[in-house]
Amino acid sequence: MNEILFGYLSFAILALSIAAITRKNPVHAVLLMIVMFFHLATMYLALGAEFLAAVQIMVYAGAIMVLFLFVVLVLNIREEEKGERFASGWPLGISLAAGLLILILIITDKVLTGRQGQFTQAVILQETHTKAIGKLLYTQYVFPFEVASLILLVAIVGAIVLAKKRLG
Amino acid sequence: MVSLQWYVWLSLTLFMVGVFGFLTRRNIIMMFLSIEIMLNAVNLSLVSFSHFLNDLRGNIIVFFVITVAAAEAAIGLAILIALFRNRASANVDELKEMKG
Repeated sequence: MNEILFGYLSFAILALSIAAITRKNPVHAVLLMIVMFFHLATMYLALGAEFLAAVQIMVYAGAIMVLFLFVVLVLNIREEEKGERFASGWPLGISLAAGLLILILIITDKVLTGRQGQFTQAVILQETHTKAIGKLLYTQYVFPFEVASLILLVAIVGAIVLAKKRLG
Repeated sequence: MVSLQWYVWLSLTLFMVGVFGFLTRRNIIMMFLSIEIMLNAVNLSLVSFSHFLNDLRGNIIVFFVITVAAAEAAIGLAILIALFRNRASANVDELKEMKG
């Protein structure tokens, strides 16, 4: 992946996410997040994961963020905009985040190498990414796949039960 | 060619943006958005490791993370709606019934 594309994408992702978490209006934050997810999907494409790029756009930008947008618009949170944007302890929050960053930076050098697998870019290009992932998902990872479907079923039922109006 | 180190740094910084947002914002919707940012940071590092180590298992994990994120968002927002029906506030500092 060339340096200019990486530089642009990383700058855009960081700037958009920082802008998103500092917005007062949640609608603006959600819209900024959608743009951020598109940049992230472009980065997945550049890393050769085109199936995940499509899933990122369909599920994250298309489903999850639209769900957020619905909830933000259904709930009337006009009065929230008047209040304080950050908690009073925000310097503590930023120092905790910085401390965690330094802590992880120290140990990342140790984990950057690993055993090379068999799916080189040439193999994936020849077989196509979706087919390769599908083969793995339906053979070696078929049990986690079924568990994932169960999780989604529980989420559907749970969301309806939690959000429906109490009858009587 | 951008090395794996740069991707890990980007992913870390993105994760810390999420941590900062989660720790400091008091609006529960913004806290959910921060969780999504953190999940995406982890996904980015998994995809880049998967690319540089020539192994597709990272991509499989990302697939499951996205599934769980969708379930989490649906349940979380349903709880938020139920909460809002009773309290009419999305500020987590006002939810202190269970304080000991």
